[in-house]
Formats: sequence, structure tokens, C-alpha cells
Amino acid sequence: MMKRDDCLKALARLLTDDDIVLPVYSTAFDWIDIRPHPLNYLSHGAMGLASSHALGLALGAPDRRVIVLDGDGSLLMNLGSLVTIGEVAPPNLYHFVCENGTYEANGGHPIPGRGSVDFAGFARSAGWRSVHAFADLKIFEQQVGAVLAESGPVFVDLKIVASGPQERDYSRLHGPQVRKAFRDALAAGK
Amino acid sequence: MQADTSTHALSGGTIVSAITASGVDFVVSVPDITTSEGLLRPLAKLAKPRLIRICKEDEGVGICAGLAYTGKRALLLIQQTGMLDSINAIRGVAVEYALPICMMVGLLEKEPGVPPRQSKRYGVRIVGPILDAMGIPYHEIEADADVAKVKPAIDDAYAGSHPVVMLIGRRPA
Repeated sequence: MMKRDDCLKALARLLTDDDIVLPVYSTAFDWIDIRPHPLNYLSHGAMGLASSHALGLALGAPDRRVIVLDGDGSLLMNLGSLVTIGEVAPPNLYHFVCENGTYEANGGHPIPGRGSVDFAGFARSAGWRSVHAFADLKIFEQQVGAVLAESGPVFVDLKIVASGPQERDYSRLHGPQVRKAFRDALAAGK
Repeated sequence: MQADTSTHALSGGTIVSAITASGVDFVVSVPDITTSEGLLRPLAKLAKPRLIRICKEDEGVGICAGLAYTGKRALLLIQQTGMLDSINAIRGVAVEYALPICMMVGLLEKEPGVPPRQSKRYGVRIVGPILDAMGIPYHEIEADADVAKVKPAIDDAYAGSHPVVMLIGRRPA
């Protein structure tokens, strides 16, 4: 098992200022400290929808990489998006799932199918171009650069444990200033 | 109220033209029996707007939001059952974030010519009051003359960054 923040740090080192990142819940609270950036898309409005927002962004901004940092509980709420994205096949969409088997932001209760659900298998059978799973940090660090160089849609299952205690100020994710910063940064980059 | 049984009071081609004239780049849809033949099938034949077929309606709310940030216009074409299933996504993404999520919603089992609030169908009657409660503007599209509402509704949603719903009250021919 890998610590989530270690994985995110390895990923962040490889991103550019043009990349859009959509982290959710506990992952988002790690991410906004690791990579504070106006192109972090943090306001998803409803649990599970990050991958769908990402598809819209990927279609509308085809010259940018769009990277989802999802949770396993979140993905379970929107499994159909794997099928939709598999069919649309945006080459610039990368979907990382931080799989820790729990609803971490909602009390740490286990997800249904914990330990038996095969998220990579879901993506593979939904027709994703490239699918990976990692449980070893060193291997992930060695390979994540090549993963991000692939043509998407790319799905990556990260077997992780939580990073540790977090201060969860949800205004940092859902506040209007966050969306304004994103909108302004995206417009400025056009 | 007596139901109108005429079958050609609403032209799908006219609605498609209105959608195209509105600058819609993407139609995002789960099939709906009211709009299936007269609207979705002809839209599916067009290169633009591009049709994105989705598995569940709340996906579409997210997709349209992402597109809106990039400056692309989208129309979510669904049935009112799917809209009801997506209320939380519409609440969070469209209303609380004030994003231009434009929804064209076929009213399953609405009697042609009968205003939605006067329908005998519970699932039809509640749609308007729910949208009112959410503060979402909506327009009833029942005849060709109503199609003139489509472009202004979409233009206004994008200009003011707010959601809008267009209720399709009969099967377009």
C-alpha cells in the first residue's frame, strides 16, 4: 500500500501549468497543499461527478491534459461515467482513483465490495485505451511519467492508505473564489 | 382540460434548427421517448452539435458544466424522470454554482395540449413546482410557436450564467 500524499507528490512533480486537475474530497485536501494552482477544478457539486466534469473539460479544452483524482466511493456513485468516457475516448483525460476501500470523508465506513471490486477491470471492460494499477510507490514513481505520456483515456487505480489527519475547510473546495480563479485562469490561457 | 390529440403541432426539425441557431456545440443525452424520434434521432445524424450519449442524467450535468467553463455550449436532452433523478446534481452544479446548464426535458406521459400543472399524471404535475422551488426558470414547448423561446432561453442562460429548462410537452413530429 502507498500513502496517498506520496503518490500525489510524485504525480505533481510531472504536471505543467497547462494541466487541469480535478481532485475530490480527502484527496483534494491533500492536493491543494501539494499543488496549489488556479487550474485545480475543485467544485464538483455532487459526489461522484468529477469524472463527468472532466469529460466536459476534456472535450472543451482538447489541448490540455485533464486529470481526475477520484475516490473509490465517489467512482462507485458514477460508474456509468466509465462507460461514457470509454465510448467518447478523449485522448487528454487521465482518471486516477485513490482506492482505500472507505468513505474516508464520511466517517471511514467501508465501501461496498471493499477488497473485491476491481476498478481497473471496470475501466478495461468499458473500453478505456490504457489501464494501470499500482500498489508500490517506487514502481508508481518510476512509471507515472510514462503513464502521463500515453494517449487517453487512461485509467489508474492507486491502492492507497490515507495520508493522515486533515483539516477540512470545505470553503477551500466549494467557495465561489475557487471557481472564479479557475475560470479566470482557463480564460487567460486561451 | 381536453387533451389535444393532433400529432403535428410541434416540428422536431424546427427545434433542431433552434438548437443549432443557439450555437450549441454538444448535445448530451439519455434517450427519452417523447423526444426520441422527432428530436434525438435527427440530432444524432448531425456532425454539429456533437451528440454525447451518457448512461445517467446527472453525468450530463457535470459534462455540461465542464464544457461551460471552456466556453462551449451544451444542451442536456433528457426525460423528466431523469431530471428528477438528478436533482442533487442540478442543485449543486447548476443552481448553487450558477452555471448555464441548459436542459431540454421531455415530459413522459403528459397529455398533448394539457398544461403540465393540469396533467392527470403526478410525475408531470410536480415538475413545474419543483423547478419553481429550485429557482430555475423554465419554458413550456408545446407547439411550433413556442420554439421561438429556445434560442433566447439558451442565450439568456449563458449570458446570465444560470440554468434553464425547456419542457417538451408532446412528441415532435
